[in-house]
Amino acid sequence: MSIYWITALGTSASCFLFKYLGHSVPESWLAHPRVQRINLLIPVALLSALVAIQTFTDKTKIVVDHRMAGVSFAIAAFIAKLPFPIAVFGAAVVSALVYRFA
Amino acid sequence: MSVKRDSLSLSFAVGVYGAAFGAASVAAHFSVLQTCAISLLTFSGASQFAAVGVVGAGGGAFSAIATGALLGTRNGLYAVRMAPLLNVRGVKRIIAAQITIDESTGVALAQNNEDDSKIGFWWTGFGVFIFWNIFTLLGAISAGLLKDPAAYGLDALVPAAFVGLVWPRLTGKRSYYLAILAFIFALSLAPIVPAGVPIIATSLLAAFVGWRA
Repeated sequence: MSIYWITALGTSASCFLFKYLGHSVPESWLAHPRVQRINLLIPVALLSALVAIQTFTDKTKIVVDHRMAGVSFAIAAFIAKLPFPIAVFGAAVVSALVYRFA
Repeated sequence: MSVKRDSLSLSFAVGVYGAAFGAASVAAHFSVLQTCAISLLTFSGASQFAAVGVVGAGGGAFSAIATGALLGTRNGLYAVRMAPLLNVRGVKRIIAAQITIDESTGVALAQNNEDDSKIGFWWTGFGVFIFWNIFTLLGAISAGLLKDPAAYGLDALVPAAFVGLVWPRLTGKRSYYLAILAFIFALSLAPIVPAGVPIIATSLLAAFVGWRA
């Protein structure tokens, strides 16, 4: 099986497992404030790391290129409270323009 | 009635992001079929973007699955919240589990009574499921027609989507500090450890920062 299918099915299985377990355990199990707190913070850490890696790396090298222009546009768009699709597809347009003309 | 209308309009708005996932996944060299399978079976936006993003950045399957899974843990906590309200077993529980996501839980918790909460959960869950998968297919097919993804900005679309996913979670000082810390930590690890590892490693930062009240 290719890495793509393994990733697709493995991610699906693990995500479903968490959803299903949550429906099947007593509510008190996960009520500890520490669990709740860390659970809210995990996405913040992972998503911030993903922004960094996807914007500034190529394989294992740190690079600054056209993607930074696109992501900067997205950040400005979110600050300006523009809707998600406009921010994200706008970022793609800005990045493509810099890629082509810079 | 207005619960159903609100659920469906939110579902459509969220579902449209599916096009961004479809495009991002194809840009990361997943096939259209694999991309659609992820949206149908994983059905959790952040986990999906993360898994294809890690593979696209050269990471291995284990890193990709671990990152996607870590982002999926919060659905489990939503499920704990929803279970007493829905009170379902068997096949219905499997279906309820699959559509337990940010939006279905959010709409359910925003209602004033149990009946509306149930309607909000099921309508938003199914609504997002339908639109998310339709738009995933459209995004994947459109991106598949492009020869050089960078020329169309698809390589910037993925990190931009992550900015959008983290944005609403930045509430309060602690989350801001953690975001900046994770950003710097991941970049400093990137040149010295295999791709994908810097991302999972930041979950330790989350545990560290969240340990004390």
